Amino acid sequence: MMSSTRESGAAPYVTLSRVTKSFGASSPALDDVSGIIRGGEITGLIGPDGAGKTTLIRLMTGLLVPDEGSLSVLGFDSRSEAARIHDAIGYMPQRFGLYEDLSVQENLNLYADLRGLPLHERSGVFEELLRFTDLKNFTRRLAGKLSGGMKQKLGLACALLQKPRLLLLDEPGVGVDPISRRELWKMVENLTAEGVGVVWSTAYLDEAEACDRVLLLNQGKLLFSGPPSDLTERMGGRVFKVTGISGRRREFLAKVLDRPGVIDGVIQGDAVRLVMRSDAKGEPLLEGAGVEVAPTQPRFEDAFVDLLGGGPGGTSQLAEAVKALPAQDAAPVIEARGLTKRFGDFTAAQDITFSIPRGQIFGLLGPNGAGKSTTFKMLCGLLKPTAGQGRVAGFDLRRDTAEARNRLGYMAQKFSLYGDLTVGQNLEFFAGVYGLRGKGKSQRIALMNDIFDFGPHAKMSAKDLPLGLKQRLALACAVMHEPEVLFLDEPTSGVDPISRREFWTHINGLVEKGVTVLVTTHFMEEAEYCDRISLIYRGQSIALGSPDELKVRVASAENPDPTMEDAFIALVEQSQAEAVAA
Amino acid sequence: MWWVRLRALILKELLAVLRDPKGRFILIGPPIIQLLVFSYAATLEVKNVDILILNQDSGVAGYELVQRISGAPSFRHVLRTEDPAEIRDAINMQRVMAAVRIDATFSRDIAAGRPAPVQIILDGRRSNASQIVSGYLTQIINGLAADAAKANGRLAAPVSVEPRNWFNPNLDFLWFMVPNLVASIALLIGLVVTALSVARERELGTFDQLMVSPLRPHEILIGKLVPPMLIGMFHITIFILAAVFVFGIPLRGSVVLLYASGFFFLASVVGIGLFISSLSMTQQQAILGAFLFLVPAMLLSGFATPIENMPEWLQPISYMDPLSYFLVIVKGVFLKDLGPWDVALNTAPLAVIAIVTLSSAAWLFRRRME
Repeated sequence: MMSSTRESGAAPYVTLSRVTKSFGASSPALDDVSGIIRGGEITGLIGPDGAGKTTLIRLMTGLLVPDEGSLSVLGFDSRSEAARIHDAIGYMPQRFGLYEDLSVQENLNLYADLRGLPLHERSGVFEELLRFTDLKNFTRRLAGKLSGGMKQKLGLACALLQKPRLLLLDEPGVGVDPISRRELWKMVENLTAEGVGVVWSTAYLDEAEACDRVLLLNQGKLLFSGPPSDLTERMGGRVFKVTGISGRRREFLAKVLDRPGVIDGVIQGDAVRLVMRSDAKGEPLLEGAGVEVAPTQPRFEDAFVDLLGGGPGGTSQLAEAVKALPAQDAAPVIEARGLTKRFGDFTAAQDITFSIPRGQIFGLLGPNGAGKSTTFKMLCGLLKPTAGQGRVAGFDLRRDTAEARNRLGYMAQKFSLYGDLTVGQNLEFFAGVYGLRGKGKSQRIALMNDIFDFGPHAKMSAKDLPLGLKQRLALACAVMHEPEVLFLDEPTSGVDPISRREFWTHINGLVEKGVTVLVTTHFMEEAEYCDRISLIYRGQSIALGSPDELKVRVASAENPDPTMEDAFIALVEQSQAEAVAA
Repeated sequence: MWWVRLRALILKELLAVLRDPKGRFILIGPPIIQLLVFSYAATLEVKNVDILILNQDSGVAGYELVQRISGAPSFRHVLRTEDPAEIRDAINMQRVMAAVRIDATFSRDIAAGRPAPVQIILDGRRSNASQIVSGYLTQIINGLAADAAKANGRLAAPVSVEPRNWFNPNLDFLWFMVPNLVASIALLIGLVVTALSVARERELGTFDQLMVSPLRPHEILIGKLVPPMLIGMFHITIFILAAVFVFGIPLRGSVVLLYASGFFFLASVVGIGLFISSLSMTQQQAILGAFLFLVPAMLLSGFATPIENMPEWLQPISYMDPLSYFLVIVKGVFLKDLGPWDVALNTAPLAVIAIVTLSSAAWLFRRRME
């Protein structure tokens, strides 16, 4: 993403001194956090879900009071002068910030009333904000009917009604397509040029790189504070891109990750990206592998993984416990033929066609609300297509039920476990539902406990588990019955990079054994794990191919090595241009 | 194979209710509240009533009447006044429920064998209670009249009424209310637990997970219906035990018949619950929907007021109310040993209602699966 550097040195807008905040008896949501936030800068509040980002923002607004330590916001103490803080800041909460049953204009009016904006100033301010957010043509639309990006823009407009000195944005990038995300970012940059201090909280590590300064949080602890480049520079000379891998790159990655000296590795299209331990000198030794190794630019995520002590090894015990599926004929395992779904006059998915051979990962990539979930649900039998057909392992899941469904595993967005049941009860339930019983059942459950190390948590309610463990449990429940097809709906959104690595190590291992995977994601980086992806935008598949193919398609003289996000934006623009021309 | 899946689902449903603190509250809170409120607070008996007496008669008969009223156990305070205007005030301000006015000629009239009028003024705003008070007072006055006649050497009143209350000889209100509660608690629990089951999964996002599992729709239906019925049966049992051992109410009829009809009653109730749950997207909607059904069902069932008292156009609706049939069965089995034939006659409509509610719930459930 874009980056900007501005001179800093003015007095800090927010000073955090040794802030600690706990909810209940569990480990503190924020543990001894100190730092500063300056005016005229974008300060990134970076961390996975549950890191303490929202708690920190709410502490800055004065809505919460710290247990220990203190916060000074624009010179006011957050404990004693919360009201004065409220007058001087703009706050955009994660969700629920808008009244979905009111129109855009009514939301603006309401917030203007709440803020006590004088009537004679309103028309001018509204005019300016609507132009700024490009919502002028939508003033009469209900806020609930806006797209994710437009909602965030409206939220921003409401927070800007009285130009604040400090703007607190809680995960503005969630549910927003890459194009709107860039637009939002530009708006916020314009504000910093006027001296406004902006706090932008996010779980997306690529957003961190574009911030002037970041506070990196993990499980309530501050890992790093300062300009993001300071952190990525530490990784200089330790990051490599391996290309020209003959054979299967997942198998290659699994082997390489088990070597000493390699702390992290991910698949990036046809290549593999490796991060070396700081004491491991020079290039990774890959003698005789017949591959090319070249140093590459470190990313913020590399540094984060390094701070967390490196990713997991490459071996998936889960995959090792699975029988390899015979590589049968070349018939596709998952097939979508002209899948179309209409809700009334709204077309959620239009003529989606693709097929996935055995042992491949196929990704449906697109922003929230683009239609990838609809497509996904039609394939796994949750939605009836208006037209077209979907087949999985030769079955139509809307008609052939029990037996066909025994062959697939499903893991959904918010880890649909039963929160009130314990870890053990969840495992028992899913084992039973998939027809496991007797000795086979207890063996599989014991194996899952062993692989995922649930032992110490077996009696905990699933809802009280840390996010990373929830994800492990969801995966365990989805694969306990050894499915040959896995449906993963946004499987790693919001989890920390180590948990994500671990998750993909298992998935990669299963795929090597012949499991076929369909994954939806709005997370551009995650698309790199896929063999092929379909870009879904506004209900249509606008491009289909391997990640590298798609990137090559949009490579240009000024951007010879585009990211997945660059590719997405370019392809969306292309398809819009075609639509206009047609 | 299917029973492995079904058993897992039923176990999960029971655990989901029992491990959720809110779920546990629903199982424990309302039954205790209902038991306390309906057994003790919502009593229709008239006790602790205050009466005002204006006695203008200075003779023996007047004095005797005042003594008899004062001695009656139903009245808490019997106040005296000399001022007729006081009657108006006392009733108006609700200091007393009724006033008795004894004329100056009362004793003389009785001695002379002439009709001796006594005026009773009642608070018509509390129509039910004042009817009962009027009954008590009339009884006392008739008693006095009969004794006076005897003392005067004349024949007692030619007709004398001796009421006997069968099945509940002392007209103990608890005997009427607690069996009612056995039925109403089963309705409440069965309805709410079922209504929450699908809605909870929709709200938390676990429903899709269930739908892509090998569970077939009818297995999910059965898995969703069995646990609330088990829980409902459990509550019926607790309330029967409480009725017999805590409240000392006789259980004269067959427990087997009671449970058999209870099964059909619960089946019809969980059918309605599932119907509501299939319509609801959130647990809040499900609870609202459940109460939207619950309140009219209670009022129309004859729980508090006899169905025969309702206007004729309304009565047919009460025939659709499963509670009205089960109330007849529960009260019948408890108080008068209702026979198998009569139980069957009232269970047949329950079975019909169960078939209708369950099949429409199943239809809606399948339709709303998308």
